[in-house]
Amino acid sequence: MDILNALVALLNFVIIPATAYGAQLALGALGVTLIYGILRFSNFAHGDTMAFGAMATILVTWWLQGMGVSLGPLPTALLALPIGILATGLLVIGTDKLVYKFYRQQKAKPVIFVIASLGVMFVMNGIVRFIIGVDDQRFADGERFIISARNFREMTGLDEGLAFRTSQGLTIVIAVIAVALLFWFLNKTRTGKSMRAFSDNEDLALLSGINPERVVLVTWLIVAALATTAGVLYGLDKSFKPFTYFQLLLPIFAAAIVGGLGNPLGAILGGFLIAYSEITITYAFRKVVGYLGPEDWSPDGLLQLLSTDYKFAVSFGILLIVLLFKPTGIMKGKSV
Amino acid sequence: MKSMEPKHLALFGLVIALYLGTGFLQSWNTMLSIFNMGLISCIMALGVNMQWGYAGLFNVGVMGFVALGGLAGVLVAMDPVEGAWGTDGALRILLALILGAATILGAILVWSKLPKGKLRGLAVTTILVAGFFIFRAVFDGGVAVVEAIDPALTGNIGGLGLPVILAWPVGGLFAAGAAWIIGKTALGLRSDYLAIATLGIAEIIISVMKNEDWLARGVKNVTGVPRPVPYEVDLQQAEWFLSLATRIGADPVTFSSIFVKLSYASLFIVVLLALIWLTEKALNSPWGRMMRAIRDNEVSASAMGKNVKARHLQIFILGSAVCGLAGAMMTTLDGQLVPGTYQPLRFTFLIWVMVIVGGSGNNWGAVLGGFLIYWLWIQVEPLGLMLMQGITAGMSEGNALREHLIDSAAYMRLMTMGLILLLVLRFSPRGLIPER
Repeated sequence: MDILNALVALLNFVIIPATAYGAQLALGALGVTLIYGILRFSNFAHGDTMAFGAMATILVTWWLQGMGVSLGPLPTALLALPIGILATGLLVIGTDKLVYKFYRQQKAKPVIFVIASLGVMFVMNGIVRFIIGVDDQRFADGERFIISARNFREMTGLDEGLAFRTSQGLTIVIAVIAVALLFWFLNKTRTGKSMRAFSDNEDLALLSGINPERVVLVTWLIVAALATTAGVLYGLDKSFKPFTYFQLLLPIFAAAIVGGLGNPLGAILGGFLIAYSEITITYAFRKVVGYLGPEDWSPDGLLQLLSTDYKFAVSFGILLIVLLFKPTGIMKGKSV
Repeated sequence: MKSMEPKHLALFGLVIALYLGTGFLQSWNTMLSIFNMGLISCIMALGVNMQWGYAGLFNVGVMGFVALGGLAGVLVAMDPVEGAWGTDGALRILLALILGAATILGAILVWSKLPKGKLRGLAVTTILVAGFFIFRAVFDGGVAVVEAIDPALTGNIGGLGLPVILAWPVGGLFAAGAAWIIGKTALGLRSDYLAIATLGIAEIIISVMKNEDWLARGVKNVTGVPRPVPYEVDLQQAEWFLSLATRIGADPVTFSSIFVKLSYASLFIVVLLALIWLTEKALNSPWGRMMRAIRDNEVSASAMGKNVKARHLQIFILGSAVCGLAGAMMTTLDGQLVPGTYQPLRFTFLIWVMVIVGGSGNNWGAVLGGFLIYWLWIQVEPLGLMLMQGITAGMSEGNALREHLIDSAAYMRLMTMGLILLLVLRFSPRGLIPER
């Protein structure tokens, strides 16, 4: 029995990565859920919005790195992030004016918005691939680890190393700040309150003199900020590849629906639920169980429930269970 | 066809002109390649049109159904792999799959029979967990045996060794089966949910096909799927073919390739015509009118005594089966199954562009959209390259921007497709040939 080592292995391979991934998913799902709450459609272009935001940030990062600017131990991308958010904000507001506004005035059915978002997805996909290509791009710099596996071993004298990467720490800190800001905005400011009112009851909100176009504009700006932040954090943590961002759409939607579409708190909960299940189910528990068993013993198999290639199946499975038993999600969301 | 307006005939004329132009300006070989895939795209578009145009079901998992059809091509037409079908190999895998299905069925049965409460949840969980471990225990051993058989060449269970044409209806059946499972769970919920569910199932089908090597070799791909038409090399040796080639004065090598493509085209045309005839009959029958009534107003249709859920399930299965059929045809045309090439943008969303541009709810529209959009999809790339070369002509050789623009020209097609979709949706929302 070696509980300490088992715990460290679990932290290192499951809990820390899952928390970082969960924070990224939660930020993505918040964007999806806000659009759903205010504009009332599922935005299929969200993955590509994240990719665009990350790309804009990467380009500025490269430029800064070329100028010799750096943040010391922190990645330069943090400096570039506001400019990335701005660029993405301009893009999504432009898209809204050119595409979605027309259907809003027509009072088109939600599914028409979804189809329009497919078109937007194609265009954004094309723009990103056109500008930066389809290959992996690495843009992380600064200190790689907050705690590296070797330092941890030396510090504690345990066999098992614990690595805590800067990108993971940053993800968690920034996600907490972003969520706190968002909730402060939604609950305390006048604009935030009008957004919530609009989401709850559009007609009543209009009657009380809320300007719908302003609400929509602010929503898109927040969504751009959330999507860019999520995209950059994901890119720092793993790497930037346009196609992966498109594939993130599935776990993000799963997170938003599981938590209850239109409910921001639910989106965060859903993000972590999906991330923890995905990583727990696809992690090979051989090492952890080996530590827990008698000395010099290790289990025969990998003790992996599903191969990592099936991580999408996990988010999908959870989604299916929620859809079957609680279609409005864990925290009550909207149902149109 | 007789009820079509002259404007719509002119649109078909335009598409024919595009294809003929490709033949004259590029080569007939290229034109026939585009035409064959165009025919398959039309069939996929017909399938999606049944779901969306007739019934308003939003399926974004077309890729999964197409891939299942493709899998059928391998499982039906390839020869069985020697030694794989022993009791410790493929049969063991089969047993494991049956056990897995039984577990799920058992869990569903227990869920519906037991009264609500803690006991029910506990029983279902126990069945599922125990079933999963039994499944893995049986399954993993079988997989290890099958995948060990000559992994460089086979390492899978192979197929039944039947004529490949048989794979087409089987592909449809595979897709129909998957559609039944999805439809049972996700239909009846909101349209967005069906969209997410189909998107997810498509990704899962592809990841199963990529990772389960015992099934169809995964990313090692299956090549050499038997053909329903002669091989070029055999034609080039055949007496009758050589004399035919000399009679029309063609080069035997080029002509053999064109001949093979024409043979494929004629097979595909038969399927397409049959499907158009069937779908037109269905659309104009009482059944078709009922479908559209349900689409336009579910509440009133249901008040008239129509079983909305059952009809939705029915058309979802039918449409998916058509997509599966097209997928099997595509594997036949390519002669190989390459799971890595199934991309949602190409096999789901492009088909959607075809349906929306052609005109949802109109079968002829789907056919027009299929031919037109597939032609554009292929031709935008060289056109984009020409455009980029034109723009960059003034820049010096080796200029970084110039290189980048020319390299990126390939991604123009995504932007073009998106723009076409957005423009049609905005300015001609009913498509080029609107529903009657």
